[in-house]
Amino acid sequence: MSILEVTNLKIHFPIKTGLFNRTVNHIKAVDGVSFQIEQGKTYGLVGESGSGKSTIGRGVIGLEKITSGKVIFNGVDITSKNSNRKEIRKNLQMIFQDPYSSLNPRKRILDIIAEPLRNFEKLTKKEEIKRVEELLELVGLSKENMMKYPHQFSGGQRQRIGVARAIALKPKLIIADEPVSALDVSVQAQVLNFLQDIQKELGLTYLFISHDLGIVKHFCDEISIMYKGRYVEQGTIEEIFNNPQHIYTKRLISAIPDMNPSNRDKQFRLRKKVQQEFDQRYHDYFDSEGLAYGLKSVSETHLVALQEDVEKVW
Amino acid sequence: MNRKLLEVKNLKTSFYINDGYYAAVDDVTLTVNENEILGIVGESGSGKSALAFSVMGLHTRAKMEGNIFFNGKDIVNVSKADLNKMRGNEMAMIFQDPLTALNPLMEIGAQISETFILHRPNMTKKIRKDRVIELLKMVGIPRPEYVYSQFPHELSGGMRQRVIIAIAIANQPKLLIADEPTTALDVTIQAQILDLIRELKETIESGVILITHDLGVVAEMADRVAVMYAGQIVEIANVYTLFKRPLHPYTRSLLHSMPTGGQDKLHVINGIVPSLKHLPRKGCRFAHRIPWMGAETHEENPILHEVEPGHYVRCTCYKNFSFQEDESKEA
Amino acid sequence: MWKFIVRRLVITFPQLILLSVLIFLLAQAMPGDALTGLVDPNIDPETIEEQREKLGLNKPWYEKYIDWVGGVVQGDFGQSFRYKMPVTDLIEERIVNTFWLSVTALIFTYIIAVPLGMISGRYNDTILDSSIAGYTYIGFATPLFIFALVLLWIFGFHFQWFPTGGSVAPGLEPGTLEYVMSRIQHLILPALSIAIIQTVSTVQYLRSEIVDTKQKDFVITARAKGASESRVYNRHILRNSLLPIAAFFGYEITMLITGTIFVEQIFSFPGMGQLFIESVLQRDFSVVNAVVLLFGAAAILGALLSDIILSMVDPRIRIK
Repeated sequence: MSILEVTNLKIHFPIKTGLFNRTVNHIKAVDGVSFQIEQGKTYGLVGESGSGKSTIGRGVIGLEKITSGKVIFNGVDITSKNSNRKEIRKNLQMIFQDPYSSLNPRKRILDIIAEPLRNFEKLTKKEEIKRVEELLELVGLSKENMMKYPHQFSGGQRQRIGVARAIALKPKLIIADEPVSALDVSVQAQVLNFLQDIQKELGLTYLFISHDLGIVKHFCDEISIMYKGRYVEQGTIEEIFNNPQHIYTKRLISAIPDMNPSNRDKQFRLRKKVQQEFDQRYHDYFDSEGLAYGLKSVSETHLVALQEDVEKVW
Repeated sequence: MNRKLLEVKNLKTSFYINDGYYAAVDDVTLTVNENEILGIVGESGSGKSALAFSVMGLHTRAKMEGNIFFNGKDIVNVSKADLNKMRGNEMAMIFQDPLTALNPLMEIGAQISETFILHRPNMTKKIRKDRVIELLKMVGIPRPEYVYSQFPHELSGGMRQRVIIAIAIANQPKLLIADEPTTALDVTIQAQILDLIRELKETIESGVILITHDLGVVAEMADRVAVMYAGQIVEIANVYTLFKRPLHPYTRSLLHSMPTGGQDKLHVINGIVPSLKHLPRKGCRFAHRIPWMGAETHEENPILHEVEPGHYVRCTCYKNFSFQEDESKEA
Repeated sequence: MWKFIVRRLVITFPQLILLSVLIFLLAQAMPGDALTGLVDPNIDPETIEEQREKLGLNKPWYEKYIDWVGGVVQGDFGQSFRYKMPVTDLIEERIVNTFWLSVTALIFTYIIAVPLGMISGRYNDTILDSSIAGYTYIGFATPLFIFALVLLWIFGFHFQWFPTGGSVAPGLEPGTLEYVMSRIQHLILPALSIAIIQTVSTVQYLRSEIVDTKQKDFVITARAKGASESRVYNRHILRNSLLPIAAFFGYEITMLITGTIFVEQIFSFPGMGQLFIESVLQRDFSVVNAVVLLFGAAAILGALLSDIILSMVDPRIRIK
């Protein structure tokens, strides 16, 4: 059963201008996106800055107003007004990009982690401390840390504190928005491993938002590539990396630096070739507004945004 | 073998923190040859950027010891006026964040022209403008005549980084220092900028110091690589050697922790990078991150050993280093 | 950019109207009216009532407001009870005095603020910076009216370098050089006392802007180009730091108004501030209304002016 089902999601921001701040147009940050995530899986949203990947995550959790479309979480339509927001909020949590600014510097770790508990569960002081202790242990920090403040921790530790806060209510789905991109390579590894561990332990589902294809390849089961608010390609890791169909996907993949120095000329030539194809066949992949076409199935799980039928356009 | 362009000898750059000076760059020795890219890799706090700023003489409140010989002059002891004659002329720098590295109130053209005004005072206004437009074309900016009179905020991040590169190469410097030139950019833009830097290096035949935390970038770009940890170079080698036969435990750990696909779990290095104030100043600085290696495996005063021609490794602990299962437990 | 200015102007109008309504209502709320003090108490109430009706004093407040605003727009602020002359004539000569006092004070303010702020910001955390900071703290702590008194006593009475009151020496022919010099001489001391005290916030503001800008990346870019320190400061840091100071200009005008009120009183300088205090004390309400309205309008226009200046010097706003 899919735990999150997003259908034709649109999030548009008005552009205001002129003397009277009239809305003259909209930025289509997310423009008709559909996907679903199976319980216990990790779904990756990949794209460059401005692609709308973060807006999707923020829309799903309610930080951004949804223009139209349906978001069904755990069987409940969370876009409808009479859905139980409280229940949803409990089961849906978010981890943010910057471990330095997403924790309140004036609060102790105890208060930071206990905050969601205080909002949703009536616990005695003793129970609360016990739960925070358990959570800290789960994220690999000792309970002596409870009375410390965020600045006393390293970036990786802070990100784990953020995770402890996110899992405090035993949510079903965690939206992780670039959770490791502010971290050093070695710390990045630590946080990624840890996210995988607690996923197994708690049966979590992730919506993993990232610009880093290397990490996505390592971490996700299924991914989608976004470009200017639309999907250009969606599929399993194998399908996207071994058989990319859309020129934009090819471009992204060819841009990943190769860790083997002997391949550098090959990579350089590959990038030149992809760029050539991008320039020459641009209109096979993008419409007159420079946006991706609707999705077409390549296989059961693999979808690509291509023109319906190139002949017909003739 | 190309001619030596830059020679850094026992450089120590210290900053004043609260109660005294602490060295961010500690006893670094390296050379850069003409027409070569030297990659410097390290995590935050390794001192790689402090090293780059030292070479450019850009630290305003640091204590510098040792020597940096460039074109026969020692940057550490040169006068401010002489340094200004070299900067932007014989050596130049590309910065990390294109969004903040340009003056927001100055037209693009004026910002590039400034390097000519400073170093080619006899150039006429007309020629200067032609040269700037030529440069903009060279770094791949479309409609250069138009961009000439635009302001930074009107350009995308990738375009701004091209402008910064144009400023850097304006006077065809012998030495180009690129400090994380693509960290703030999207992947596809990163590839374009890196390709551009490589092409430009070929045309102006300069030596390049490429500073990055991204091992992938180094693998694609560098001829030689220096790995920095806690202010020191722990390993330096030809790029092929370094990725094929890394020796120092830190280099090996770092490579091991990169997601390359196929691993079930990523490698995690034990412990954390100590802050500048709490760096171990004696013995092997990496020792506490590999605690299962006994004290006898380290040198008392670790030095760089040449293990094969051009391949240097600090300390002796690399000799019988092996990874330990699950290092990730909290220290 | 004109679009921005037009939009800014459009916002200014409701501000001015709101201001005039507020002032009018406040005046209405005061006890008594134009006839209260003027009429012989022995005249019978019916005649007074008749007079009231004739003068329009019994109309509802909004009609009276419209009458008043109608007059104001044509430059008619009504009649002063005390001076028995049109408020407009009364204000006319004083507004010129206050204008020149403000301009002189502004010039002094910037003459003091810019170099001190620059030195303080460039050499921050040195002894020089600390002494400038000391001056600004003293400036913040010293009330203007006491400082002005001290200056008046020292340079006016003790050394007698400057006149101690008025706006010009009596008996001089307007238009002659002597007359102009005398006016300037009368301006210097009051203007200086305003400037020396009120400039301290600008000094501190400029200092913190420079300290801030100094650490920006583009300054490093400039150094890496090989620019000398003085060029780095003059070409790159200063312009970026002066920008917010321009935005501060409107606030400066509001401060000037408060400044002139005190200082004109102390130096018995015949300006708007002095007029304001006098007419408040004598309950000359039509004058108070006019003065407050003009002060308020000056503050609003000051804010408008700084926005326009900012939009002209900052390309990030200019484009829109």
